Amino acid sequence: MAGILEIRRRVRAVKNIQQVTRAMQMVAAAKLRRSQERLLAARPYAAALEEIIADLARRGPLLDHPFFRPQGGPVAYLVVGGDRGLCGAYNMNVVRHALDGIAARGDEVMVIAAGRRVRDFLRRRGVSLEGEYAPLGEEIELKLARVVADRLGTAFAEGRCRELRVIFTHYISTGTQQVEERVLLPLAAPAEEQKRAMVEYHLEPSPRVAGQFLLPRYLQVEVYRLLLEAKTSEHAARMRAMANATDNAEEMITELTMEMNRERQAGITREIAEIVGGAEALK
Amino acid sequence: MTDDGRPEGPITLEVLTPERRVFRDTVEAVVIPGRQGRLGVLARHSPMLVILRPGVLSFRRGGGKERMAVSGGVCQVLHDRVLVLADAAELAQDIDVMRARAARDRALRRLRSRSAEVDEARARAALERAVARLRAAGVDRP
Repeated sequence: MAGILEIRRRVRAVKNIQQVTRAMQMVAAAKLRRSQERLLAARPYAAALEEIIADLARRGPLLDHPFFRPQGGPVAYLVVGGDRGLCGAYNMNVVRHALDGIAARGDEVMVIAAGRRVRDFLRRRGVSLEGEYAPLGEEIELKLARVVADRLGTAFAEGRCRELRVIFTHYISTGTQQVEERVLLPLAAPAEEQKRAMVEYHLEPSPRVAGQFLLPRYLQVEVYRLLLEAKTSEHAARMRAMANATDNAEEMITELTMEMNRERQAGITREIAEIVGGAEALK
Repeated sequence: MTDDGRPEGPITLEVLTPERRVFRDTVEAVVIPGRQGRLGVLARHSPMLVILRPGVLSFRRGGGKERMAVSGGVCQVLHDRVLVLADAAELAQDIDVMRARAARDRALRRLRSRSAEVDEARARAALERAVARLRAAGVDRP
């Protein structure tokens, strides 16, 4: 009989855990939806700005801007992950990719961590961090993206790094996210045959001034979108991890319930056998 | 702007920020706060690219005049399209006047304090943005 009580207690414990994982799954799903919307809402601005800059670059003078001209220094990696765990292999995948990249380049690197988990993982692996942005927060703020972009952009322009790369998780769909490495700086100059101006503009400031004004904004919106993309992936990963946990709990409950029923049936059978045995003896 | 007898036609005005699309509609005329002064744009304006300062962007839609606060950015005029890429933008009716007032007063206090830890450029920019929002909302006109 003690067996049944013990099993019943375990069923109750698993059910409690399941309630928590189900709630976390639902929270992640809601955050995922919001995050997706924000990612989508950032696209028109980024696309329009990119077009304007590409058009200006074809006219030439913009190419003098430091963003097009790498100087010396190491390769800078911005490694973007999450602040918290319970999201499957999300953080680990990013960190692994970063460590591979660092190992391949030797000490010619400069690492900047974004996200508390990623920072802690990298530190524990003995990677010295040039900068860190942690925590990133539950929602990516444009303000934060501007700070990150301005600092990295300045470091590049001042010749403290010759290349700026970002390692983040590309959000493809709810089911698929992939760690990716992207070069943010230097910007690629337009191909030679495209160097013809499309429309004759009247530029109120000079193209040079326009470049100084627009290029940092371009970097800002790119960083904003990368951070958002990583955050969206994190929510998707957490939702999936919690859905798996909820399913596993369900399976465990079914198994435990079956075991409990078997145990109870065995008890009943035993009792009947005893009664029958007792009745037989009285005859 | 109609009185000078220039031809009128529809213009598509689109205002985008990194966070969202603030406005997209057909309007009759737009006045943008350029760095080197306010610029009126009617249909068939020649193509141009203008850097904006924090200020009020006004436009005429269906005969009525409407306003919007923009806090800097860039504006591209192309054919019959005006595209504004703003750092931040708010339609007049969405502006929180109380908050804008508080922001303006805070910036003024900072500028007046003249203490060393005040970043004057930042305070001045904040002041400009707050004043633009108040003007767009139609209060505290100069």
